[in-house]
Amino acid sequence: MSATEQQASAPAGFGGVQARSEAMINANSRISIRNLDFFYGPSLPKALKGINFEIPDRQVTGMIGPSGCGKSTLLRVLNRMYSLYPGQRAEGEVMMDGVNLVGPGVDINELRAKIGMVFQKPTPFPMTIYENIAFGVRLHEKLSKSEMDERVEWALTRAAIWPEVKDRLQTNAMGLSGGQQQRLCIARTIAVRPEVILFDEPTSALDLISTLKIEELIDELKRDFTIVIVTHNMQQAARCADQVAFFYLGELIEVSPAAQMFTAPRHPKTQEYITGRFG
Amino acid sequence: MPSETAGHIVRSYDEDLKRLRELISRMGGLAEKQVADAVEALVERDTELAAEVVQRDLQLDAMEREVELFCVRLLALRQPMASDLRLIVTAMRIASDLERIGDYARNGAKRAMVIAQQPVLGSLNGFERMAELVQENLKDAIDALVEQDAAKAHDVWEKDEPIDGIYNGIFRELLTFMMEDPRNITVATHLLFIAKNLERIGDHATNIAERVHFAVLGEPLTEERPKADSSAFAVVRPPGA
Repeated sequence: MSATEQQASAPAGFGGVQARSEAMINANSRISIRNLDFFYGPSLPKALKGINFEIPDRQVTGMIGPSGCGKSTLLRVLNRMYSLYPGQRAEGEVMMDGVNLVGPGVDINELRAKIGMVFQKPTPFPMTIYENIAFGVRLHEKLSKSEMDERVEWALTRAAIWPEVKDRLQTNAMGLSGGQQQRLCIARTIAVRPEVILFDEPTSALDLISTLKIEELIDELKRDFTIVIVTHNMQQAARCADQVAFFYLGELIEVSPAAQMFTAPRHPKTQEYITGRFG
Repeated sequence: MPSETAGHIVRSYDEDLKRLRELISRMGGLAEKQVADAVEALVERDTELAAEVVQRDLQLDAMEREVELFCVRLLALRQPMASDLRLIVTAMRIASDLERIGDYARNGAKRAMVIAQQPVLGSLNGFERMAELVQENLKDAIDALVEQDAAKAHDVWEKDEPIDGIYNGIFRELLTFMMEDPRNITVATHLLFIAKNLERIGDHATNIAERVHFAVLGEPLTEERPKADSSAFAVVRPPGA
């Protein structure tokens, strides 16, 4: 039985290992998370406790929950960001294409080319706009000048920033506005042609117009990429996500289609959180 | 009632929702009174009371607008989610049900004024009984909203059937009066409309109950509602026909 079938036939329950997503029934799973635990240090309690869920292919999965609930931790697990820190450790399975991403022997550079990440604050490199895109591509591929030009234009076009920068590709990226910098970072992420893009609160440092542009972009990008977005903005999760996962104290409480999550969540804890009654 | 266990972090939001429930509750109370008074005006042949009912309907219309504006404001300023969102959307729709109930009551009161000028026709016990049942359902439906009680809403929804039953009886009785003597036709027709209005008010009460059920549980009531209004198929033959 495939993971998708398993999830579709799992009993409807609340929270924990029984969390089930109806949004998944009509989609293929891209990443399967099974019994995932995460530790920030040997003597620290689990930051993630027995997480089980499916990230559907070419859909937007939103992750919400109060600060410290584990959503950003899970995002960092998905592209092994934690491997930079000794003592941090994940147990369980994060299966993608038959490979356990948190298992031993995973080539982290290769993994990050497949699973890109966009951060909360725009982080352009202090170099030209062109080089910001080309730099990452060169780490993974050897392209001719014309191929690289093409790739840079493709990435900037997909990130909906090409018209704004096409005449200033050789100027320093630090001169762009915050919203433009964030779209440049998205272009940089998609330039290496990943399959999955992780967004960690990508608009929390942006104004409303830039935020809406990024949301529109996410909607556009999900045709080709599997997207996971962590956000503190409930309306943003409602607008962007196909399925939403609610985390609390390191546990996955509920996964539901966004429309259900925000109109009639199944779990009382979700209800309390999204209506602003927490605490 | 998980949503009611904890207050919002922003306390003024709780006060807003409390005020919304109070508005609906007040509006429901007034609608009940309008129905009761319209039927009392009919039974007691009290044209002054009937005129009051007609006049008071303006208040219900104003309250509906107040609820609507308040809900639009809440939607814009609070961006409600889940149970809060359902409550606000439901309140708007209930307000229009109540406004409609008010219109039926006003229409009944107007007809009561005409009927008061005409000779007495038959007993009006059925009307009193219907009005009692309708008011009871209306009150319970509104209470269910205020108390967030889905089971109570479901009860109301099931209790519309006897109202339909009384309406059928009145319908047949009035047709018979009309066939017996054409001079009865004016009063009987007005009475028929009033009975139909009461039956419609009962239907609006069940609408409200359905909406409350959705607001509380997030699931619509999808079963077939028990109904007993068969007057649409009624045929009565005049004697000798």
